[in-house]
Amino acid sequence: MPLPAPPKPGSLRAEQIILFRIGEQILALSSSSVQEVRGADSLTGGATEIAAPGVEKVRQFVRRGPHTLFLVSGAAHFGLSAREGILAFVLRNTRTALLVDSIEKMTAMTRLQALPLSFCHEERQWYRGLTALDQTVVPVVRPEGFLSDDELMMLDAALPAPEVLGEGTEVAEATEAEEDSDLGTELNE
Amino acid sequence: MTVSSELELKSFVLLRLGERRFAVAADQTAELVAPSRVFRFPHKTANIEGVILRRGRIVPVCDIAETLIGKYLSSRRFYLIALRRYGQKTEWVALPVTGECELIYAELTAASPSDEPHVAGWLSHAGDVIEVLNLGALTPGPEEVPSHSPTQSHLASQSPRGSEAEARP
Repeated sequence: MPLPAPPKPGSLRAEQIILFRIGEQILALSSSSVQEVRGADSLTGGATEIAAPGVEKVRQFVRRGPHTLFLVSGAAHFGLSAREGILAFVLRNTRTALLVDSIEKMTAMTRLQALPLSFCHEERQWYRGLTALDQTVVPVVRPEGFLSDDELMMLDAALPAPEVLGEGTEVAEATEAEEDSDLGTELNE
Repeated sequence: MTVSSELELKSFVLLRLGERRFAVAADQTAELVAPSRVFRFPHKTANIEGVILRRGRIVPVCDIAETLIGKYLSSRRFYLIALRRYGQKTEWVALPVTGECELIYAELTAASPSDEPHVAGWLSHAGDVIEVLNLGALTPGPEEVPSHSPTQSHLASQSPRGSEAEARP
């Protein structure tokens, strides 16, 4: 009993995505969800160490004015054997700066297939779905999926008091962030 | 053979895993395809190897051999594309099999309470008693999915088919 064929692409809207690499794995992320792309060093230079039991994928954070941004190791999040990423995606409307190895390319997808229901564990929170690009299947990550509410609570509980940190760091970070190009905005123009 | 006994015959697909044969109801199968590239990505679901592309669809590959014969298949010749039902929804699942499959007609003997969950029933064919597989018990599914699944509900609301969505920024 064959299922009906999927609808043919035609007047489908495209979504701009960034293909990035963590170790050997290629993943995709909507460019509109990326607020900044920075060298990890420029972000970690002003970062503070943090150790939250159960959230080992986060080892550093930065304060930006009233906000705290957690640096999430993409390799640790996905359980990949890869070294610490050298690029950081600051994800829009989240408290996540995702550390990745490299940007593969930017492209567009016209179809996003929901993750098959056979996948029934944490990956349902990790991915928006799957897309086929050039006869390859690429998972499209959910920006909100890197830190759950519970993990954010644990991280917040592990944060040192603000006065313990040097205020100069916060100002420098905020200024530096403003000077960086906003890649997400550029891609969406 | 009487008319009444003919009516009880059902069609099944016989598949081979290693040296053993199993059956799946024919109406739960779509096609048999040659092995193709398996795309792997990080996930936490046991028995799912990755996905294959088939007719524009992304189909999960579920290795049922370890459950059924106690070991992974060292060689596989085909994927049997089976239909896995999730309530009102049906999705394709690719089952790696060794050897070709065979369509047969046989009488189904219902499973007993003492049978394992993956046994939907039994049939007799060519002198062998063969397990008819319950795919719902063999392949992972939404019974393990947390009730709050924003990805699924979001995509389902965008697509009448429920499993695919036009990409929207």
